[in-house]
Amino acid sequence: MSTMHQGSRQQTRVPWNKDIALTRIREWLDREGPLLLILHALQEEFGYIDEAAEPLIAETLNITRAEVHGVVTFYHDFRREPAGRHTLKLCRAEACQAAGGDPLARHAETRLGVSMGNTAADGSVTLEPVYCLGLCAIAPSAMLDGRVVGRLDQGRLDTLLAEAQQ
Amino acid sequence: MTLRLFIPADAGALAVGAEEVASALRAAAPRQKVAVDVVRTGSRGLYWLEPMVEVQTSAGRVAYGPVAASDAEGLLGAILADGAHALRQGLAEEIPWLKRQTRLTFARCGVVDPRSLEDYRAHDGCKGLDRALALGPAATVEEVVQSGLRGRGGAGFPTGIKWRTVAQTPPQQKYIVCNADEGDSGTFADRMIMEGDPFVLIEGVVIAGIAVGATKGYVYIRSEYPHAAATMEAAIAAARRGGLLGNRIANSSYAFDMEVRVGAGAYVCGEETSLLDSLEGKRGLVRAKPPLPAHKGLFGRPTVINNVLSFASVPIIMDKGGAFYRDFGMGKSRGTIPIQLAGNIKYGGLFEAAFGITLGELVDEVGGGTRSGRPVRAVQVGGPLGAYFPRALFDTPFDYEAFAARDGLIGHGGIVVFDDTVDMAKQARFAMEFCAIESCGKCTPCRVGSTRGVEVIDHIIRGENRAANTALLEDLCHTLKFGSLCALGGFTPYPVMSALTYFPEDFGAPPRLLAAE
Repeated sequence: MSTMHQGSRQQTRVPWNKDIALTRIREWLDREGPLLLILHALQEEFGYIDEAAEPLIAETLNITRAEVHGVVTFYHDFRREPAGRHTLKLCRAEACQAAGGDPLARHAETRLGVSMGNTAADGSVTLEPVYCLGLCAIAPSAMLDGRVVGRLDQGRLDTLLAEAQQ
Repeated sequence: MTLRLFIPADAGALAVGAEEVASALRAAAPRQKVAVDVVRTGSRGLYWLEPMVEVQTSAGRVAYGPVAASDAEGLLGAILADGAHALRQGLAEEIPWLKRQTRLTFARCGVVDPRSLEDYRAHDGCKGLDRALALGPAATVEEVVQSGLRGRGGAGFPTGIKWRTVAQTPPQQKYIVCNADEGDSGTFADRMIMEGDPFVLIEGVVIAGIAVGATKGYVYIRSEYPHAAATMEAAIAAARRGGLLGNRIANSSYAFDMEVRVGAGAYVCGEETSLLDSLEGKRGLVRAKPPLPAHKGLFGRPTVINNVLSFASVPIIMDKGGAFYRDFGMGKSRGTIPIQLAGNIKYGGLFEAAFGITLGELVDEVGGGTRSGRPVRAVQVGGPLGAYFPRALFDTPFDYEAFAARDGLIGHGGIVVFDDTVDMAKQARFAMEFCAIESCGKCTPCRVGSTRGVEVIDHIIRGENRAANTALLEDLCHTLKFGSLCALGGFTPYPVMSALTYFPEDFGAPPRLLAAE
């Protein structure tokens, strides 16, 4: 079942392409308030929102490029550049802090050689903080490419990090 | 013979290996010469027992947990021999942690197949809708008013009054919006409902639509909940096929349809007006009120916007009547509240109880104290904007007014437990830092005050002009509380001030008891 998000599939994306982008944009035009739907679709396609997408969207929706840019930059989810081959999100919110999340986050940063919010030099993984995955009764928690992991300890985290570095 | 097994596909269960357990049990079955029929359910919310596997027996469903994939062979053998097993918990319904709850909103969660409308109907689903259709819109609104249901998102505004306001606007395009942007750390009740019993939410939204004359609904789900979004999508599709959504709902003359929208990682979008802007495809900026969303909401139209748990409580209110629901609870807090026990806690999970249960009962008796085994030092109730309470306040009953009287809030019902290793100055700093990261930027107290707050707390932690900076922090919190446009800036002072008030020794001041003498 596709919704189970089992197995951390590598994120394979197509390179930026204006025609594909326009096709994806037009798929949502029958919806009310479609901008977030469009941005999600583009990010799913290309892995990020290319700067060149902004005028395309603006023209299609008949709004200003500034409005599109404002939305892209307002939301934490939308990337302005491609991420690593894997994305590892570590929950940094209170329930995970209470359950020992702070030293685990430092361990991940040290082991990957990046600080939160950045991509490893070899392009393998982007390490990101997330403020709550709703897994607060099995904290600390993480998400690797859409696969959720709870009851993290150093051993389980090391397994995830090894997977992420592939 | 065929064994009927129930294994959660709830994200919390998947995160601790439920999928691997399901695969291992399927693989082990032929070796044990038995056929298995695996039903994927939501979670019952006993997370320390997840992955929890249930087996249908003539006496009821027997639970085993926490099960690992490596247990599969032995577990099947024990089930077939009807013998003892170290993980056997007895009948699921008889597990004391579950049995002492009052499950109204969560009655079906963890029991039914969340993607099957037939299963929903077989477990008393759609009875509330049937009664709403029989009563008509006006009486439906009054039934919700009579129930005393208050917004479960945190603000606690009477749900029925909101509905009545929208119902009284002239006929036009109106909307129902479900706030499923459950961003508070320590909360997961919305996620559990969407993954475990999505039809109860759909039914509640449909009843709201009929009651106020709306024909379109949106469920705004945070992007951190991909499993919840997928299950909701599947349930909505099933509801369309089954006539629960569409042009003639349940063969009536009412039309209603709804769709899922996914957020993009902005905590502030849990605030209702910010959520509406986000749904419109804009930056999630908070709107000034008035106008109320009930008058000018989504796309400027009259809109009912309620939390997942508010909508999910409506079907049982309509089925059993407002008085039935109102008879639970205390004071002005009527009915039940799904409480979420989280963080450093031994028995964490979803505990639905009538209002009035005390914080101490929840943390010590139900939750069993910390998982680390160390003493409980502080609990944060109500998410990142909720106060930190010390043990001295554990007699506080779960009630909107009782928490407010002690400068706290129950919010969305999350309780995060911390042991005695917690540094409360660090937690206060985090509250300001989080506000700075998540501020929408529209109002100055929140946008600027949160960043200044981090700086002032840093000065205090470093011992620079401690008395003057503490007074400055208190003043800043006052400005945030009374000058911010929404609860993000307005409530960030709760965690900060409670940490400072109850745990002054972490800020370099004398402890509270000594200071009082």
